[in-house]
Amino acid sequence: MTPNLHLWLIPLLPLAGAAINGLLGKRFSRPVASAVALAFCGAAFAMALWIAAQFSALRLPHMETVATWIRAGSFQADFAFYLDPLSLVMLLVVTGVGFLIHIYSVGYMWEEGGYYRFFAYLNLFMFFMLTLVLASNYLLMFIGWEGVGLASYLLIGFWFTKDSAAAAGKKAFIVNRIGDFGFLIALFLMIQHFGSLNFVQVFQSVSSLGVEYGTGLLTSIGLLLMVGAAGKSAQLPLYVWLPDAMEGPTPVSALIHAATMVTAGVYMVARSHVIFERAPVAMMVVASVGTLTALFAATIGVCQTDIKKVLAYSTISQLGYMFMACGVGAFSMGIFHLMTHAFFKGLLFLAAGSVIHAIGGEQDMRRMGGLRTKIPVTFWTMTAATLAIAGFPPFAGFFSKDAILFQAFTSPYGSWVYWAIGVFTAFLTSFYMFRLWFLTFFGEYRGEEHSDHSRAGAPAPHGHGGIHESPKVMLVPLVILAVLSVCGGWIGSDRFERFLAPAFYSGSAAMETAAPAHAEQAASEGLLTSISIVAAFAGLGLAWLLYHRRPQLPQEIAQALGGFYQAVLHKYYVDELYAVLFVKPLIDGSTSLLWHGIDRDVIDATLDNSAEGARTVSDAARHMQSGNIRSYAGWVAAGAAVVIGYMVWMGTR
Amino acid sequence: MVPLSYYLVLGGILFACGVTGFLIKRNIITIFMSIELMLNGVNLSFVAFAAQWQALSGQVFVFFVMVVAAAEAAVGLAIIIAVYRTRETLNVDQVNLLKL
Repeated sequence: MTPNLHLWLIPLLPLAGAAINGLLGKRFSRPVASAVALAFCGAAFAMALWIAAQFSALRLPHMETVATWIRAGSFQADFAFYLDPLSLVMLLVVTGVGFLIHIYSVGYMWEEGGYYRFFAYLNLFMFFMLTLVLASNYLLMFIGWEGVGLASYLLIGFWFTKDSAAAAGKKAFIVNRIGDFGFLIALFLMIQHFGSLNFVQVFQSVSSLGVEYGTGLLTSIGLLLMVGAAGKSAQLPLYVWLPDAMEGPTPVSALIHAATMVTAGVYMVARSHVIFERAPVAMMVVASVGTLTALFAATIGVCQTDIKKVLAYSTISQLGYMFMACGVGAFSMGIFHLMTHAFFKGLLFLAAGSVIHAIGGEQDMRRMGGLRTKIPVTFWTMTAATLAIAGFPPFAGFFSKDAILFQAFTSPYGSWVYWAIGVFTAFLTSFYMFRLWFLTFFGEYRGEEHSDHSRAGAPAPHGHGGIHESPKVMLVPLVILAVLSVCGGWIGSDRFERFLAPAFYSGSAAMETAAPAHAEQAASEGLLTSISIVAAFAGLGLAWLLYHRRPQLPQEIAQALGGFYQAVLHKYYVDELYAVLFVKPLIDGSTSLLWHGIDRDVIDATLDNSAEGARTVSDAARHMQSGNIRSYAGWVAAGAAVVIGYMVWMGTR
Repeated sequence: MVPLSYYLVLGGILFACGVTGFLIKRNIITIFMSIELMLNGVNLSFVAFAAQWQALSGQVFVFFVMVVAAAEAAVGLAIIIAVYRTRETLNVDQVNLLKL
């Protein structure tokens, strides 16, 4: 008899918080609104911990059905929850990091308008994200999937009076729709061929199929799922929304656009590993997209000057690593990196938020500098996160990234190409992160005196002058996340893989046969690890040289590179390209064909002309209404004469 | 015996006279009398048919028409008096308030 864990409570707790704050929050004072949000989010976290404590006693996978949702013929989708090591890891990451970011937001958003609205959205996001993570069928997962998109849209456009924020929200929403379209078609294919969307049933049906060489059903499903994942997780070619999403408040960037929501695509691919393992072509696409995205975003990140944009491109790049891991069959390594990334990237964003907060809303790194001594706690926590993402041992990012690179090299699906690009990207990562670090914390302060600054787009101006450390409520989450960024990787990739093994057991023979011999593996592992450490140090060294030792050198290099530098600086003109290829034709087509052509010239014209015609006829007919009795009588007589004439004519025929 | 068609032709002539009078006359009382003429043209055809087919209902119907005509005359004359009192004329061309 398996115990009833009441899994349904976990998503519903934040929903209750969102409902209370959203419906009644207008009357709440700030402490009450934040207490409500924190209490419900904290309760969800506590419950996740409670479940984790009992986890070893459960029979896996643990499933709980709450109610029937849709039943149509043999197809059935329930409100049912699914707990296995994979969802447990996601559950802990989402509730844990989410809770810390809730705490941080209390301080960060204190002076903003719409305080209760912010927390209602944040709790709403938690509800959908937890639904996504705990769902036991693809349909419920899709509800969460769309819901986090909605929450993301609401929070990107939180400062909706600012045009750029509203536009960024729309962009995120629309680009995600493209991905969701692929996801939906994948679901339709599953219903068509497997008759179900339940993970258990779908995976059972898939297990009976062999590995697909070439292309076929599983490859199509896999590729369509990847389209969905590319939209949600900002991979090539659908990554364009994530940098713009930085218009949202910084805690949102940390929670949704770094730590949790954008990793939903990785989670979904990992969850569907049974399908992907039987579709080598789809795997190859996943790995290639991930690798290219990692490199592509990292190169853009090198040239960005907005502190949050650097972190946004870095997020895209790290997500690329996770897809690379999934694509070479190392799903548990992808999830491992997802977890460590949630720690250090969440921390990086929160620390960046603390920096922005300290200097009164400035986001341009060219106007920072020398902040090391002024905001020491932020500096040290940021340092921990930077070392973690750059892959310095023994910080968390080192273990997960190294494991991914190792798998990319040795796995049967892997190739030295992935590995080489991965190492180069690791070097770039280290370089642009330390560039950010040097520009922000070292050298001279390059900003103006900022007593009159206000955060861009925020309705209320920041009332306090002088560079100042953030309040305690913001620093505590920073410190906790810093500890996690340092220690999070010490679990070790092997132990983590063993823990996740039940979730990734597939029964596919392809995985085991091609594994290399053990001794050879150990030798190459040492070599590969030392190469990636060298890459990390090289990045640090180069950043130190260019941005600390000789700060005028970058400009000379930029001039020497000329056109290429301009291309990178303008993000390879991808936004402009999309505008020309898709946005403009769409707008022109809608305007000239659908609006002018069909709506105005056909639909409106039909209505207008029939009204005009009726008017003309009536205008003529109204002259019969003369008011002269004898003319009326004449009409009556004429009418009667016509009738009689007709009857006579009919009668004599 | 006088053939039926004679009665009908006479009825038709009476009716046509009534219509013509109704259309060309301007005085309300003349118009009113034209209406009576039309009614009598119709009455004549009724009784002619009734005699021809030996059916009583046509005769009875004529009585009804007469009663209604009497009632109509009473009401109509009352209206005419009212119109004359307010407008001091019986010319229908000047009674055209309903005109657009």
